[in-house]
Amino acid sequence: MTERPDALEAARMATGTSPRLRPGRSSYLVGAMCILLCVIVLTPLVVSVLASVKSPGESAAVPPTYVPQTFSLESYQRLWEFQSGLMTYVGNSLGVAFLTIAFTVALTVPAGYALARFPLPGKELLFVFLLLALIIPYQALLTPIFLIFAQIGLTNSLVGLAIIHTAIQMPFSLYIMRNSFEAVPRELEEAAVVDGGNTWQVLVRIFLPAVVPALVTVALFAFVMSWNEFLGALVMMNRDSSYTLPVILALSRTQTSLGGTDWGMLQAGVSIAILPCIAIYLLLQRYYVSGFLSGAVK
Amino acid sequence: MYSSRRSKLIGFLYLAPALLFVLAFTAYPFGQMVWMSLHDWSLLEPPRFIGVDNFDRALNDRQFWGSLTFTLKYTLLITPILIVGGYLVALLTAPNTPLRRFTRGVVFVPVVIGLGASSLLWYWLFSPRNGLVNQALSDIGAIETPVLWLGVDADISMWAVIASVVWKVLGFGMILFVAAMQAIPSEVGEAATVDGAGYWQRVTRITLPLTLRTILLVTLFSVIGSLLAFDQFFIMTAGQPHNATATSVFYVYLNSFPFLRLGYGAALSLILAAIILLFTVVQVMLTRRSYA
Repeated sequence: MTERPDALEAARMATGTSPRLRPGRSSYLVGAMCILLCVIVLTPLVVSVLASVKSPGESAAVPPTYVPQTFSLESYQRLWEFQSGLMTYVGNSLGVAFLTIAFTVALTVPAGYALARFPLPGKELLFVFLLLALIIPYQALLTPIFLIFAQIGLTNSLVGLAIIHTAIQMPFSLYIMRNSFEAVPRELEEAAVVDGGNTWQVLVRIFLPAVVPALVTVALFAFVMSWNEFLGALVMMNRDSSYTLPVILALSRTQTSLGGTDWGMLQAGVSIAILPCIAIYLLLQRYYVSGFLSGAVK
Repeated sequence: MYSSRRSKLIGFLYLAPALLFVLAFTAYPFGQMVWMSLHDWSLLEPPRFIGVDNFDRALNDRQFWGSLTFTLKYTLLITPILIVGGYLVALLTAPNTPLRRFTRGVVFVPVVIGLGASSLLWYWLFSPRNGLVNQALSDIGAIETPVLWLGVDADISMWAVIASVVWKVLGFGMILFVAAMQAIPSEVGEAATVDGAGYWQRVTRITLPLTLRTILLVTLFSVIGSLLAFDQFFIMTAGQPHNATATSVFYVYLNSFPFLRLGYGAALSLILAAIILLFTVVQVMLTRRSYA
């Protein structure tokens, strides 16, 4: 053990290939490749935002311009007034997203607590049942859910769509919450119980503060999934006033007064649809990446 | 402490809302789907029991087989691109230097936006006269007349969709690969360097074998996701030409909703769910340590 670092050092000196300090062509190559990659990935997003601030004439121009020669917010103005109005669609999307967060948290916090901290018989079986959505893709379930919701009046309803989004998020959220509850040290709980708290007080006073990072992760993923989800919203919402943002944008291409597609307005809509996702990503990057990793591989 | 019996009861009370929710909105719809698949079911007339006729019809439905073949072809083409591409980008960006960390963050950006939004963005980029893809290709002299990317030729449409989806989801595999690569103890690589192994030798002899489980996992994510593809084709090609780019989920959607053939749609959904299940079982087995 003690010899290895010396041997390593000797090898590095002999060959001049210290992995940490290897100046020269290869590091420039890596740098160039990284920059090229960033440019390729960012270009579509940048040109989309730029297209949204072109004047109407320029955004319909053939050949198209890469960089706006004019600046105008008219595309946003047309989007603002499009059909039921942008705020209706953004409001629907936000409404569904916040309801999804509320449902997901209300269901998976107590469930995670129960699975991690109570001696339930058949616990593993119950857990597998709760993860049912993992093995039945929701795309396949939309036909029966549509029929059920049509019978109980939950089509064209924000609550109905939020229920579908909650079902989609259930396995991931439950898994994150259960693991997080399990990681809380038992001593904390025991001290609270000795002090005479009941299980609800223990949950609120001891556990909730300890599982805040998991709550943020669960809420974050619920929001982003719901805000972006397309097929469920397309199936469940068939009235203009109940469309969510992705649905109205997809349908807007054939419903413009111009006859053809209003490219400027479409990119204005894309920019607005993308904005909260990127803002959340930049603000909560830590939760994002850790959520992805623990949901997928851990 | 609580008596065991009482605490069992309390535990069930905390679990009950989630259990009821999954029962009502996942398990019950699944049962309903099986029931519907055995009926001629539209919203216009009362359902009529027809046994396995819907499945019989699916077996002889050339459009259904066409959509399944197309979905499979799309899956088989995009998955290797996502795995190899994601892996190469991960190799490039896994070491923690500021530039590489930044590149990782940038490549991940499209993962966080919606597939609907990204498809609308690429629908514009690929549009024949107003899109920047044709404009850029003609500016560098690669084409003389605009290419009709979407909805005219099935293969060209598929490649255009693949390009947009690779842009959108490559970062997902990358981030999982980076995590797996960073979990390899650095001594292993250093020891190999001492032994005189070159960079690509270290990649093939050390990194690849030690990240094999993640590669399998990302492959399954990609396969399952691609078999369920809908948004990108609905938005970018609308299934055109002549439903040649309508995926399986797209075909289920067409039968269930615009056509309101709900019984047939349910039968097709069930077949699709069974195909997906084969892959999900493998995926759950790979992640069992965490889910059990």
